[in-house]
Amino acid sequence: MAILLFADHDNAALSEAAAKTLTAATQIGGEVDILIAGKDAAAVADEAAKLAGVRSVLLAKGDALEQRLAEPTAALIVALAGDYDTILAPATTTGKNVLPRVAALLDVMQISEVIEVVSADTFKRPIYAGNAIEVVQSGEAKKVLTVRTAGFAAAAADASAPVKTVEAGTEGAELSRFVENILSVSDRPELSSAKIIVSGGRALGSEEKFQAVLNPVADKLGAAVGASRAAVDAGYAPNDFQVGQTGKVVAPDLYVACGISGAIQHLAGMKDSKVIVAINTDEEAPIFQVADYGLVGDLFDVLPQLESQL
Amino acid sequence: MKVLVPVKRVVDYNVKIRVSADGSGVDLANVKMSMNPFDEIAVEQAVRLKEAGTASEVVVVSVGPAQAQDVLRTALAMGADRAILIATEGTTEPLTVAKLLKGVVAEEEPGLVILGKQAIDDDCNQTGQMLSALLGWSQATFASEIELSDDKAKVTREVDGGLQAIEVTLPAIVTADLRLNEPRYASLPNIMKAKKKPLDTKTPEDFGVDVARRLNVLRVEEPAGRQAGVKVGSVAELLDKLKNEAGVI
Ligand SMILES: Cc1cc2nc3c(=O)[nH]c(=O)nc-3n(C[C@H](O)[C@H](O)[C@H](O)COP(=O)(O)OP(=O)(O)OC[C@H]3O[C@@H](n4cnc5c(N)ncnc54)[C@H](O)[C@@H]3O)c2cc1C
Ligand SMILES: Nc1ncnc2c1ncn2[C@@H]1O[C@H](COP(=O)(O)O)[C@@H](O)[C@H]1O
Repeated sequence: MAILLFADHDNAALSEAAAKTLTAATQIGGEVDILIAGKDAAAVADEAAKLAGVRSVLLAKGDALEQRLAEPTAALIVALAGDYDTILAPATTTGKNVLPRVAALLDVMQISEVIEVVSADTFKRPIYAGNAIEVVQSGEAKKVLTVRTAGFAAAAADASAPVKTVEAGTEGAELSRFVENILSVSDRPELSSAKIIVSGGRALGSEEKFQAVLNPVADKLGAAVGASRAAVDAGYAPNDFQVGQTGKVVAPDLYVACGISGAIQHLAGMKDSKVIVAINTDEEAPIFQVADYGLVGDLFDVLPQLESQL
Repeated sequence: MKVLVPVKRVVDYNVKIRVSADGSGVDLANVKMSMNPFDEIAVEQAVRLKEAGTASEVVVVSVGPAQAQDVLRTALAMGADRAILIATEGTTEPLTVAKLLKGVVAEEEPGLVILGKQAIDDDCNQTGQMLSALLGWSQATFASEIELSDDKAKVTREVDGGLQAIEVTLPAIVTADLRLNEPRYASLPNIMKAKKKPLDTKTPEDFGVDVARRLNVLRVEEPAGRQAGVKVGSVAELLDKLKNEAGVI
């Protein structure tokens, strides 16, 4: 039984999501090949080759693959699929964009956002914003899954697998054209792998206040900054800060929710954090029902105090 | 250009569902149902395209039980012109829905299909991508902005690192993310008018699609619970607990 893992990267470095997805693949059991599709991504392939438990790394090079747009990337994976029983990817925006296309082309149902591998054909996944967990078995000839990485530790990087170049066609490349990436730049840790997250909600009131109040605390803690949907919709924070059912799912050691009410859609993205702190003026706010430590108070008083006492 | 919008009837987003006692599923008796929130955004976008003169007609389609007519009527009240119900019993998987939608696309020949990015009940985030694959069309998922020209659409997508702009060739599949627009509420006169708009009913057999499930749900479990902890009285106490009790800073 062989497994193909479609990995995330930016043509320069491998995403940590790949190493976490590899752990899920190892639990399924079988020989794992990692696919690096990209342009000038040889360094990424070398990085992937170091991950423990990898049989080989497949490097597909092509202009059309530089941004891993769905159409050519799915065509590439389908062309390789014959050799594999299971195809998986992290449930990142790239994985979620490409893999359902692969599944449909193979005429199989995808299993989205796997949080636990029960056996080679049975998986657990959250439904209804994580308010229920579905235990689902696939009898499909090929299993196609995305993995919610927050629940899996990263595989070690102490091995060396061979890197093989594979032929990448240009099928589907005419359908879409990459225009530009407008990416958030930050010196802080990445939200999905941060150990500590300081997160702000509607109560922050403006982009200026969001930054003035949260950033100093985050900097002292070496934390990433997150946000609720309300804060993103209001323009206080960029879209990639959103934590929740339809944003990022995180599980840091410490999550500090500031002026966030705790709607189920928000909880869906952070309730597996090890320790949750809530700071809210409303002692009835639902966020306190999941918080290990609750502080009823005005965040505009509490956060500056926190910053000066850290 | 005709725009097709698939809309799903789901448990209202405000409802906290319960896992049924026997672990066979989720208790849906007497639970409020609504249009999937992402599909409201998709309908709004299509209606705006019509109001701008870019779209000629907005057709909405739902795969589901007879009660899914309610969400179709809501879409008609928001400004869609015509509705199609594909009547099914039980839950349908995204691959099945995509196959049925492929059949609708063959009949209706839209230039653009706008779906929601995700149904908030199954949380699959698959149907749009699958439909695109089955049709061999281009896809632009997680859209926060759409600009249409003659034969292309420039779409800004919400991605993990920020935003990505791509240009897709029409006909295309777009899936709507939260920031694409803010859907309108249907006015009472429009709700009345919607009752007279055409709503056709079809069956999966009309499209020759087998609706049997592919995945076998063995059981549905309660998620691991979380207990409320303690309230602290001051920042100093909070820091003490984080350092000495939890050991996380
Ligand atoms: C389809 C769909 C998907 C969604 N996906 C997500 C998602 O992924 N992530 C997400 O977060 N939400 C999501 N939501 C939205 C969610 O339902 C809530 O609307 C949102 O989480 C609320 O954000 P909030 O807590 O910041 O705002 P509010 O609910 O308005 O809460 C603000 C809180 O701040 C407190 N407060 C006010 N002033 C102060 C102060 N000075 N100091 C301290 N506290 C103060 C208030 O007591 C209140 O509890 C989604 C909704 C839908 C319909
Ligand atoms: N039963 C259905 N009827 C109509 N549209 C659907 C149905 N299921 C899914 N969709 C569409 O596909 C999108 C994504 O759903 P999903 O892949 O289930 O998360 C939804 O937002 C709808 O636009």
